[in-house]
Parts: sequence; structure tokens; C-alpha cells
Amino acid sequence: MLENFREAFDGIRSHKLRSALTMLGIIIGIASIIAISSTIMGTNEQIKQNLVGSGSNVVTVRLYQGDYPFESAWSTPPDYIPPLTNDTLEEIRAVPAVASAAYYAQRDAYGQIRSGGKALSAGTVYGVDSSYLSVYGYTVRIGRGFTDSDSDRFRKVAMIDETVSAALFSGANPVGESIDICGEPYIVIGEFTRASDFRPTVSTLDEYFTYNQSTGGKVLIPFSTWPVLFRYDEPRSLVIRAVDTDSMTAAGRKAEEILNGTIQKENPEVRYKSEDLLEQAKNLQELSSATNRQLILVAGISLIVGGIGVMNIMLVSVTERTPEIGLKKALGARRRRISAQFLIEAGVLTCLGGILGVLVGIGLAYGISKMSGVPIFISWYIVAATVVFSFIIGMFFGAIPAYRAARLDPIEALRHE
Amino acid sequence: MLIRLEHIEKTYGTADHPVPVLHDVNFAMHEGEYYAIMGPSGSGKSTLMNILGYLDTPTKGTYYFEDVDNSRASDTKMARIRNEKIGFVFQSFHLLQRRRAWENVALPLMYGDVPKRERRERAEQALLEVGLKDRMNFYPTQLSGGQCQRVAIARAICTRPKLLLADEPTGALDSKSGQQIMDIFDALHARGMSIIMITHEHAVAERAKRMLHIYDGVLSGGDRI
Repeated sequence: MLENFREAFDGIRSHKLRSALTMLGIIIGIASIIAISSTIMGTNEQIKQNLVGSGSNVVTVRLYQGDYPFESAWSTPPDYIPPLTNDTLEEIRAVPAVASAAYYAQRDAYGQIRSGGKALSAGTVYGVDSSYLSVYGYTVRIGRGFTDSDSDRFRKVAMIDETVSAALFSGANPVGESIDICGEPYIVIGEFTRASDFRPTVSTLDEYFTYNQSTGGKVLIPFSTWPVLFRYDEPRSLVIRAVDTDSMTAAGRKAEEILNGTIQKENPEVRYKSEDLLEQAKNLQELSSATNRQLILVAGISLIVGGIGVMNIMLVSVTERTPEIGLKKALGARRRRISAQFLIEAGVLTCLGGILGVLVGIGLAYGISKMSGVPIFISWYIVAATVVFSFIIGMFFGAIPAYRAARLDPIEALRHE
Repeated sequence: MLIRLEHIEKTYGTADHPVPVLHDVNFAMHEGEYYAIMGPSGSGKSTLMNILGYLDTPTKGTYYFEDVDNSRASDTKMARIRNEKIGFVFQSFHLLQRRRAWENVALPLMYGDVPKRERRERAEQALLEVGLKDRMNFYPTQLSGGQCQRVAIARAICTRPKLLLADEPTGALDSKSGQQIMDIFDALHARGMSIIMITHEHAVAERAKRMLHIYDGVLSGGDRI
């Protein structure tokens, strides 16, 4: 076996140029596969990070009417949706995939958030409790966060995000300023920001819609003061933080199930639904993978062409080494041994081509990344798979030459000079 | 009896145009004998040698080797017989250029699945017998023609075969190197090796103990020298 590998390397070394040219087909094929897959996976990784936010692992569960979020501003909630209780929240917090959870209510407020002479054109008001910030992964940038006493004493205090701060106070410290929410005055106690550096890259319409809600202005008020502005029995949504990114879907589904269990009607039109960003990310990834899978197929065809080149050169090699084969047979080498020699030589040839192809492909991927700004992600699993695959291609296309070598008549072979 | 050929016929070509090469060849040889087969080119001596060496099969007749008829043996079995029982020496040496002398010698041992360490030892021993132990790490390109042929003889004998088949072993050598090769054959014969040598040089054939002639596929003689 070892001897076969040694013979293979000898054969390749004695015809360096020929071997290199033969490998070229394989190198190009493997390089394109690596380059394409690295860019696909890089793009997918980017989609995942942009949408999900690396490490935030947040899933929201909201009421939906059909395919659209239920909007409290436009319609009265059906009476089979009871207000959510703390017992339900505790039940959700006990789910293994859930790290933390909080209720909140939300309403879109167009032009209803003002301060001085300025108004926020688009914004959302959230009625939250004191744990909301930490569950969502927000941190207090200026001022303070909510305390239980804000809620207990029905303090009309508000927290705003950078968008609101910039729009209403033009970068000046907003803490202590008064803002007007739907006609009620609130005092700004702090400004919050996302803990992780979140800068979505918006390049498609889909992405625009996905990020739109997160880029609009946000105003948080204690939920206890919610009835001052809106309904006291307003249906609430849930935000949960999953223990890790991969359990987001599971955590969301389980919470959805528990919340839907509180609905007092079979097959309700309005029901809770988890907004799993991971799921959305996966759908986007599917889209990008599907088109690129065809590209990989095309690259695969070039591998077949490369394989035929290998077969061609192996046939030449068998002819060239006919006396050697004859001698080996005369000395008692079995057919299996002769065919193994050529199979392995073909395999080693394409395997080397595969390794070179991987290197070229990685270089190519970096080049593409530099030019287009698309991040790349090199999967060592794919690298290993392509190298093994190229070895198999060699064995496959080396089969016919190897068979011919093994069947050579030793007398003819010895006489051949 | 080491070898017994009974009514061996060999015909090449198609059924419409048969080309007969060997006619009713009968021949017997005891272990330890040393034969030379002489004949002009085209006389069928190479074909006879191929049949004796299990590289070819006769069209008719029976070939007994150690009283066994192997005519129906499989390809694998034939390879095994060649490997274990027969040593070949060719006119053009047939050494692998990218292998050292000892590695060339050890080649048949590898096909016989001899353990690696033992291979080297036995190759060394065989090279000692042909007087080339000091050149064991040389490549064939670094050796003279006579030395190459001695490496080839070492390769043929390292499996301790029953029969040594030599096809014009001095054909590509100058007379001095040829003498050395013949001396080695003599020494091997003296230690009991059975040898059949094909040659067309009378001087070389005379070194053998028995001589046969082949003309147009007919074997004759066997006269003691």
C-alpha cells in the first residue's frame, strides 16, 4: 500500500509539467467550488448575524391576525384573548430553552411623540416592565433605567432610543426633558442602546422591511402607565431571550404554545405567533443557496472534464510504463497490485490537484471578498470533503487505465520498448 | 523431475491463418541441471521460455512443473508460481530506474508479501552472492551494464526459486562482463540451482552442462558436453 503511494509520487515527480497540466482541470473545478461555497456561507453568516444579531438570541411572540401582526390601534382585541398573567410568564421562564422573558405592549405612534416644536414622524411606544431592557439586550447609555417603584407609583417617565433622542433633542442630553406622548407629558429618565454593535447592511427590499421596525424610533414607558394612554386590558406581547442561537426556534415555539393555551377559543383567528428571526434568516439563506447550488453544479462539470484529462494522461502513462508493468507481472505482481498502483497514482494526482484547488479557491474567495465587500466563511468540512471528492474522481477516472494495465500480457509488455 | 514438457505445441495467429511456433516439444529436466537452449531468432526459443516461465500457456500438450500440471491455474496462481518458483533474467535487465539496487532486488519479495525488514536482509544476501553488496544503495544509472545484470540476477535468486530462466543474459554486455555473468551462473549451478539459459552465442552455451537446439519450433539434442 505504502509502496503504491511512493510509486504514485515517483510517477508524478518524473513528469512534473504533464502532471501539473493534468491537475489544472481539477484545480479549477475545486477552486470554483471553494470560492463559491465560501462566499455563499459568508453571505449566509452575514444574513444570520444581521437579522438575529450575534449573541442577542431574542425571539418575540406577538398576536397575529392571519399573516399580519394584530394592531391594537385599529381594532378592539377579541374577548377570547384574556390579559396575560404573571403565572403564564413564570411558566414560560421555566422552559429550558428560555433564559429570560418579559411582557410588553406596543403601539405605533405616527407624529404623536413630540418635544418642543419637534415631532417624531415614525415611532413605536412600548409599555414595559423593569426586566424588558435586559431581556432585549439593551443597555442604558445616559440616565437610568426603569425601577419597580416607577411601575408601582405609576410614574410618567420614559426612556428613548438614539433615534428619538436625535430627532427631538438633536444630540443634547435628553434626561430630565419632557416629551409629549399622545397628548400626555412624560419625563425622559434615560436613553438606551443596543448592547451589541448592530449595524444592519440593507441591500435588498426584503432586508429593508426586516430592519425597518428596528430602525424606527422607540419610546419605552412603564406598563402601569399604559392605561393612561391606551386600553388597560391591552393584549401584550412577549420577548424572550433563548439560551443560545440554535434554541431560538424551540424557545419561541414553546412560548407560543403556552400563550396560545390561554386563548379561550378553538381555532381563533387571532393567535400568538413567534417572530423567529432565525427562521427568517434561514429562508433568506435558502434563497441565496438555491441560486448558488446551480453554480456549484457548473463547477462540478469542470471537475468531470478534469477527470477525463486525468484518464487520458493515465492511459498515456500505462503505455509508457508497459515494460515496467511486464516486469512486475513476470516477478509475480498480481493484477490487483498493478491496478492499485495506477488507481492510487490517479487518486494522488487529483488529490494534489484538489489541495491546490482549495488553496487557489480560498485565495479567490478572499479576492472576491475584497472587491465586493461580501464576507467569506471557509468551512473546513467542505474543504475536507472536496479534497476527498477529488481523490475519488481520480480513482473513478483512473479505473479504466488501471484495468488496462492489469490486463496487459506480460510477454507483450516486456517486449515493448 | 523438475520439468516435463509433453507434446507442447504453440500456435499464434487466427484460426484462418495459424502461425505455428512450437512443434511437439518434449523435454525433461531434473533438479540441479543446467541447460542452454540455442537457436536463431524466430526459432521459437523465446516462446518456449515464456511457457517454461508461466508467462504464456501452450496451445496443446502438458507442462509439468514439479510433477504438477498448472495449465488450468488462475492468473493469480500463475503470478504466485512466477514469484515463488521461477527467477527471470532478461537481456535488457529490466531494472526500475528510480529504485536503489537493493530495492530492485527486493521487488519480488514485496509481491510475495515478505515482511519489510526481512526483504532488506534477503536482498543484501542476494547482492552479496553476485558480489555487489557494496553497491546496494546505488541507482541503476550509477551502475555499469554488467553490474546491472548482476543486480537482475540477485533479484531473480532472492526468492530462492526452483528454476532460473535466463533470456540472452549476456546479449547486451561486452565479453568481459559477459564472462562475469557466466561465472555467476556457474557458481549458482555448483550450489544446486536449476538453470535454463537461452542464447545464440555458442561460447556462452558451452558453459552449460547440456545443450539443446531449436529450429523452426522443433527442439532437438540434449547432448552432453
